[in-house]
Amino acid sequence: MSNYVPIAAEERHAMLREVGIDPASLFSHIPEELWLKRQKLDHLAEKGLSEQALLKLFDEAARQNKNLDDYDSYLGAGFYDHVVPAAVHHLINREEFLTSYTPYQQEISQGTLQATFEWQSFICRLSGMDVANASMYDGASACAETALMAIREKRKSNKVWLSAGLNPEYIECVKTYFISHGFEYEIGELNEHGTSAGCYPKEGGYAAFIIQSPNFYGVVENLDELSKAAHDADALACAAMDPVAMGIFKTPGKAGLDVVFGEAQPLGASLNYGGPALGYMCCTNKLVRKMPGRICGRTVDRDGETSYVLTLQAREQHIRREKATSNICTAQALLATAAAIHMALLGRQGLTEAAWQSADKARYLHDELLKTGLFEEVYDAPYFREFALKAKDGLDLRALNKKLLDRKILGGVVLENNVWLLATTEKKDKAHLDRFVASVKELAGKEEK
Amino acid sequence: MISYKTDLIFDLPQTGGNRTYFDHERLSSNIEGWYDKALLREEKLDFPDLSEIQVVRHYTNLSTKNFGVENGPYPLGSCTMKYNPKVNEDIVANPAFARLHPLQPDETVQGTLKMLHLHEQQLCAITGMDAFTFQPAAGAHGELTGVMLIAAYHRDRHDDKRQVMLVPDSAHGTNPASAAMAGFVVREVKSTAAGTVDMEDLKSKLGDDVAGMMLTNPNTMGRFETDIKEICDLVHEAGGLMYYDGANFNAILLHVRPGDMGFDCVHLNVHKTFSTPHGGGGPGAGPVGCKDFLACYLPKPVLQEKDGVYSWDYDRPKSIGRMRSYNGSTAVLLRSCAYILAMGAEGLYDASEAAVANANYIFTKVKDHFDHPEGKPMHEFIIAGTRQKDEYGVSTLDMAKGLIENGVHPPTVYFPLIVHEAMMVEPTDTETREGLDQLVEAFINVAEEAKENPEKLLEAPHNTPVRRPDEVKAAKELDLKA
Repeated sequence: MSNYVPIAAEERHAMLREVGIDPASLFSHIPEELWLKRQKLDHLAEKGLSEQALLKLFDEAARQNKNLDDYDSYLGAGFYDHVVPAAVHHLINREEFLTSYTPYQQEISQGTLQATFEWQSFICRLSGMDVANASMYDGASACAETALMAIREKRKSNKVWLSAGLNPEYIECVKTYFISHGFEYEIGELNEHGTSAGCYPKEGGYAAFIIQSPNFYGVVENLDELSKAAHDADALACAAMDPVAMGIFKTPGKAGLDVVFGEAQPLGASLNYGGPALGYMCCTNKLVRKMPGRICGRTVDRDGETSYVLTLQAREQHIRREKATSNICTAQALLATAAAIHMALLGRQGLTEAAWQSADKARYLHDELLKTGLFEEVYDAPYFREFALKAKDGLDLRALNKKLLDRKILGGVVLENNVWLLATTEKKDKAHLDRFVASVKELAGKEEK
Repeated sequence: MISYKTDLIFDLPQTGGNRTYFDHERLSSNIEGWYDKALLREEKLDFPDLSEIQVVRHYTNLSTKNFGVENGPYPLGSCTMKYNPKVNEDIVANPAFARLHPLQPDETVQGTLKMLHLHEQQLCAITGMDAFTFQPAAGAHGELTGVMLIAAYHRDRHDDKRQVMLVPDSAHGTNPASAAMAGFVVREVKSTAAGTVDMEDLKSKLGDDVAGMMLTNPNTMGRFETDIKEICDLVHEAGGLMYYDGANFNAILLHVRPGDMGFDCVHLNVHKTFSTPHGGGGPGAGPVGCKDFLACYLPKPVLQEKDGVYSWDYDRPKSIGRMRSYNGSTAVLLRSCAYILAMGAEGLYDASEAAVANANYIFTKVKDHFDHPEGKPMHEFIIAGTRQKDEYGVSTLDMAKGLIENGVHPPTVYFPLIVHEAMMVEPTDTETREGLDQLVEAFINVAEEAKENPEKLLEAPHNTPVRRPDEVKAAKELDLKA
């Protein structure tokens, strides 16, 4: 008997004969020339592994990884290592959440549906936007979908303006999604302070202005300026927003943005080497029918009891086929549920304190690193939990990162022009940060000689 | 299933008794005052302040309103709701895999890269393809990636007139939607009465404007396209490429391979065929494989191995670019890799045979009670509720709701679109003997009930956490948040 298949071949064949089917006939209609000659398969063992052998194999691989429980990491650039309450993992591992399909049969899917409705509500409360969808794949593809959505809305234009402060991977994703359509994008500059203020196009012809806040360099953008500039140019005002930052900074809803999206991994998802991620998208009431993805709505059942369903499905692929707003069906429901649980556990105080501490610790680290004299500021505007520093002449950041690794430290992301992008969260404490700064000082000193 | 009345999390009594999940430590002075007031949040963040037990009870109670694979038979057609092995959850929960940042240096993640590389080799062996990308986050995302590879191929050859993607009328809705998202014009190919591609119609739709064809095999009717070689030859001769939609791959595992049938690229739904959990609508993963001549267009970066050292190769000048951030849904892919290791070639072959045997076993036992298309099913079969609808006024939807009362999850309904009142039943390879017999009994029960007690089905379900929701009201009076 093979692993996980509960009916052994002999019993299976007996069952088939019992109902008058010759077991040899199951695949007999497939042309013989196509049958697989099994001996030619490389890299696929004939026999399956026992659970013990499987665990051993993965344990051996695991030992070749260096993870953030053992290494002090300053990596960010889209994924952040926040504290996640233990209860989140336990709850989403309940099989009813874990193993069920997309909630097509509402009567036996109210768990997923209500959790999705709560996730949408949390995202709306966080962002101040009117409506949110059930999830997107990740921040980058959500950015591409936002650009496509804007072009659907602003029919006369097939061009979007992208801020240079967007995560470069988001820009790459827009570019990929645009190629076959012949849509255009233009990448705007950042000003000397690292924000988009004053850099927005004045002329019309763009379907959307898309920025990120805090942007890729950690700098907090002024959303009111985006809103005004975009609307003056008859473009949609869109932004990739960090969900933790939205707890303390001006909400896109208040600023009058049209579409807001981003990466919600910081809300309760494990890092998992980058995936699965958790994209989110929200927009104004006016645009809801143009939004991609599943949307959960509240209604009543036959007895008048509150119940939840997937709604506005007329936008979707299984009804509209090639005229659908998007092809998305399976997205990230379980991670959206995790995020809802995470937000419910942290509550207002927990989430805002995590945000303030992330900012506080970033600022401390920033100032301590500047004091070493090895770095200079790239931008002088206020940042959130991440910032960019330029290494002064003679300091090779890649070499420094390698030496830090020997001390079980994962240094920041190295960008062009010897710029270091460093991230902190509430998880960091003074002892870690001081040790990191001391290590940098010591190892950089050696570097110069 | 116990029916708990569950208020929204926002309506629970506010205890303010938040547990602290991290230490409160501030290091710089007055961070709140550092920002210009215009940048800060004006309105209070309207989140509930609850104790941990309130939150845990709330979501535990919510979970009990779901039906999962571990609750009972889940024959949702085209979704392959097979058992999700527990050991795979343990493997990916290991901090050595779970606590890796995507931008760590390659040298610090060799264990993960090694397993991903092995997984790529496994998938190549199973599909007959030469290379895979792990970026696509789901099946539809894989389709989009795959047809973008086809577009890139024609663009690279300056064959710019190829703007048409052929899609059978029986195809999953994602196929035409993905083709449109990649900028193609969709041209539909008709099916025969038996549910396979109509060869004459296909020939009439080929031309020098055709970029390719998307096909599921076995198709959504559960039929193997026995003319597949000829289909591929015809499309290739016309200058198009063949895309394999892997949604039904469980039917043919290690019996036949898309690569040998003549397909040029393929996506797999690892959350179907390779047992990773669906999570109520994701996360899944939709890796895309292709033949050598398309590999240069795969999204970048691409995983490479040299002398036992693994790294990401960004130097891919012809790549279509990027479909998402970072490198894919790694935690999902480690699960599917583990599944394939646990099954081995022998086990995968056996799983496929079991999936087809189980579908045929149920079909043979229930087919006289329903209308159904002719022909031999593979891993799933179609029955239609037309008889019940015409004679007793009981629709397929009513019967689906009746099945719930029989303790099983209903099949996929009203799909494929080319069959009226369709039910698409896929028991999968991991269904037990008891489960199969329970399904047989459930289908026969509802067929008899339609005849003898139609009112009961029209009112079903009765004992679920909610009864049939008013979907029209939901769409008309949009209520999308609290």
